[in-house]
Amino acid sequence: METPMTQTSGAPLLEARSVELRYNSGNSSVLALDRVSLEVREKEFAVIVGPSGCGKSSLLYLAAGLLESTGGEIIVGGDHVDGPGRDRGMVFQAYTLFPWLTVAENIEFGLKRRRMPAAERKEIVNYYLNEVGLAQFGGHYPKQLSGGMKQRVAIARALANDPKVLLMDEPFGALDSQTRATMQKLLLRVWDHSHKTVLFVTHDIDEAIILGDRVHVMTARPGRMKATVDIDIPRPRSLDMMLDPDFIAIKRQILGLLHDEIDEDH
Amino acid sequence: MRFDKTFAPADGGSGATTLPRAAAAPTPPRPKRRRGFVDVALTPRAAISPRATLIAGLVVWAIVLGIWSALTYGGVMPDIFLPSPSAVIERGISMVSDGTIWPNMWSSIEVILLGFAISSVVAVPLGLLMGTFRIVQAALEPMVNFIRYLPVTAFVPLFILWIGLGLSQRVAIIIFGTFFQQLVMIMDGVRAVPDDMLNASYTLGSSRRDVLTHVILPAAKPGIIDTLRITMGWAWTYLVVAELVAADSGLGYMSMQAMRGFQVDKIFLAIGIIGILGLITDSFFRLLRAKTAGWAA
Ligand SMILES: Nc1ncnc2c1ncn2[C@@H]1O[C@H](COP(=O)(O)OP(=O)(O)O)[C@@H](O)[C@H]1O
Ligand SMILES: [Mg+2]
Repeated sequence: METPMTQTSGAPLLEARSVELRYNSGNSSVLALDRVSLEVREKEFAVIVGPSGCGKSSLLYLAAGLLESTGGEIIVGGDHVDGPGRDRGMVFQAYTLFPWLTVAENIEFGLKRRRMPAAERKEIVNYYLNEVGLAQFGGHYPKQLSGGMKQRVAIARALANDPKVLLMDEPFGALDSQTRATMQKLLLRVWDHSHKTVLFVTHDIDEAIILGDRVHVMTARPGRMKATVDIDIPRPRSLDMMLDPDFIAIKRQILGLLHDEIDEDH
Repeated sequence: MRFDKTFAPADGGSGATTLPRAAAAPTPPRPKRRRGFVDVALTPRAAISPRATLIAGLVVWAIVLGIWSALTYGGVMPDIFLPSPSAVIERGISMVSDGTIWPNMWSSIEVILLGFAISSVVAVPLGLLMGTFRIVQAALEPMVNFIRYLPVTAFVPLFILWIGLGLSQRVAIIIFGTFFQQLVMIMDGVRAVPDDMLNASYTLGSSRRDVLTHVILPAAKPGIIDTLRITMGWAWTYLVVAELVAADSGLGYMSMQAMRGFQVDKIFLAIGIIGILGLITDSFFRLLRAKTAGWAA
């Protein structure tokens, strides 16, 4: 239990500096993100929580390079983000598996794009099929899978591509609560193996605390950074830690931060 | 099955067990009865057996043929207006054996295949580009939508004037009738590919070219095949229109000639052959879709 969250080194791997995002459509203009700054260290599991519509997805899409900001900058591994790239993998809330490919072929997709030899691809695909507990399902098509299984494939597909940072946008948001718990357990285990740098978005406070090393709390629209909470719960973690007094104290703190938000909003 | 309790008619097996029971005398649950054929058939969207599917289709054919036979063999309709089934078959046999059917049939097949192929070869890539690049869509869509609503038949005189009465005039009518519809349908299919599917592919390291060839193209494939199948059906209509108006061969021309000679059985034969050829092209595209895009089901 001697592995606290800070086995991290100097400079942040991902850094957002005063990021602003304004959606302009016709004559209306919505400020979605207002000077948001954020640092994610190497091998850190960072989580963003905030009320619905506060711009969490927007921030991840900006980091992925799938959207262009209207101010500020995002730096990943020393480079300015200007467009998508395989150093920033992403798992989306919607199911985005390619339905014409089998599970194994989906996981292989990124590897094929960079012309990795077949033998190497196969090894990696098998490793990640095992990691997400789908070793028997490599030949299945996405339509034959449940929602939870699809998201497991999406996680495997992103990890197999070995990005510098994995962006996850409410990946369990569409799942029922039992499947969600299973997925959280799986993600904890996978993360203990890989120690991948993760930026994870959720509106579920329990999920944020049990998964994260640090939780960044955002304000309601326009989204700003409100507070950052260190999660001093030792790893490896398990879901029954949600009943520990430490956990509950942190939860109370974050709930307080979010409730201020909801009150201010009305 | 899902509607067992709610929609089953009064005689349906399980209705009684859902009634509130009298506290004093609890009746043992009745054994579940097999649901009757009528019960299943009248339940919205309930699946029926393959045998029932086949029989239902055959029954309708039998009814139509029965009415036709009754009207003709029973002497209700004079055979100068409505030929009997056997008269049509005899006409078919004689035209096959003396070979007079083939030139007209081949002419129709040649025209439709040529027109449809030329149209599709251009419409598929162009529709893909329109659905993929906003600039191509912005450039072409207004014009395409205008032309698409002009009835093809209005252009027949123009094409005759420009091209004459030959085969190329009929091919032009088929191209004109199908091309713009294909474009719009293929574009819509491409635009329906979810953005996040493209986004996922970008975050996995795809180039823009990869996104086009490895995401948009395979994702749009079932829709493209469906578009081809549907527009092929329309192409048959345009073909016959073209052949009725001005042609020197083809199944439509054959019908026109038969009308002048009061050979109703020959008209029926032409219609029957068009129906069978249409069914063959339709089956071809269904098969192609099942073979190459089975994942979309
Ligand atoms: N394409 C868009 N056009 C205009 N406004 C948008 C668009 N996408 C998101 N928004 C607005 O930006 C805000 C942030 O959205 P989003 O990032 O999806 O929030 P979250 O993921 O936290 O729920 C919302 O208020 C939403 O209405
Ligand atoms: Mg969101």
